[in-house]
Amino acid sequence: MLVTNLEYVPDRKIIKHLGLVQGSTVRAKHVGRDFMAGLKNLVGGELKGYTELLNESREQAIERMLEQARQAGANAVLNVRFSTSSVAAGAAEIFAYGTAVVLAF
Amino acid sequence: MIELISLLIGLLVLVMAFFVGNHIEKKHYASILEREKELHRIILLAIKRPPSTFQEQQLVKGSVVVSSDKFKRLLAAFRNFFGGNVRSYETLLDRARREAILRMKEEAAQLGATMILNVKLETVSLDDIYNAKSGVLGTVEVLAYGTAGRIVKK
Repeated sequence: MLVTNLEYVPDRKIIKHLGLVQGSTVRAKHVGRDFMAGLKNLVGGELKGYTELLNESREQAIERMLEQARQAGANAVLNVRFSTSSVAAGAAEIFAYGTAVVLAF
Repeated sequence: MIELISLLIGLLVLVMAFFVGNHIEKKHYASILEREKELHRIILLAIKRPPSTFQEQQLVKGSVVVSSDKFKRLLAAFRNFFGGNVRSYETLLDRARREAILRMKEEAAQLGATMILNVKLETVSLDDIYNAKSGVLGTVEVLAYGTAGRIVKK
């Protein structure tokens, strides 16, 4: 499955537009990681636990988007965009969306 | 007497935090400069229209979550009163952005790409999620993503 944030693939024609596909995950923070992050808060710098957490969530959101695309019968997802927002105290939603298409070979 | 001692301890912790934070920042910048030199060959373009010779596309991304230290936050709180540039945060976000872009380039390098098109940068504040206590800015996630590929001449 081709995934890209460009609007088209050069020299491959779009045969069919299958519409918007999306995937999202909501992740709550982990108490263990939070403690380390609390220490880091004092000295500053990267919070590796949180980076991994959000990265995993993002991968999962992309996977869900691709699953929707597969079910629609697409072989590529174009114009992919991401959005992160906090939905509740202690939880972040990662949202990925794009246009599912069928490309010619 | 007790108040004085606790005040001194608080000040000591703050000063220690400042020095450790400074050291971490210097080390991080050194690592950033080294990796930027290494990955200099991968070109980043913010253009949306790929040339017709652009092949082997794949989405690549890099992200970082950074937090400022207590000293920076204190400085920012003072600035809040008078207005103006909050220079202590500018370095933090500069580090986060460059780190996110480097991670994206590393992913592209693993795919064997030579350039990344339609590079986008997003910054999200994680204040509501984490850091509910301190009212000033604290934790931020920077995400860089784009489409990596190579120019293949026919």
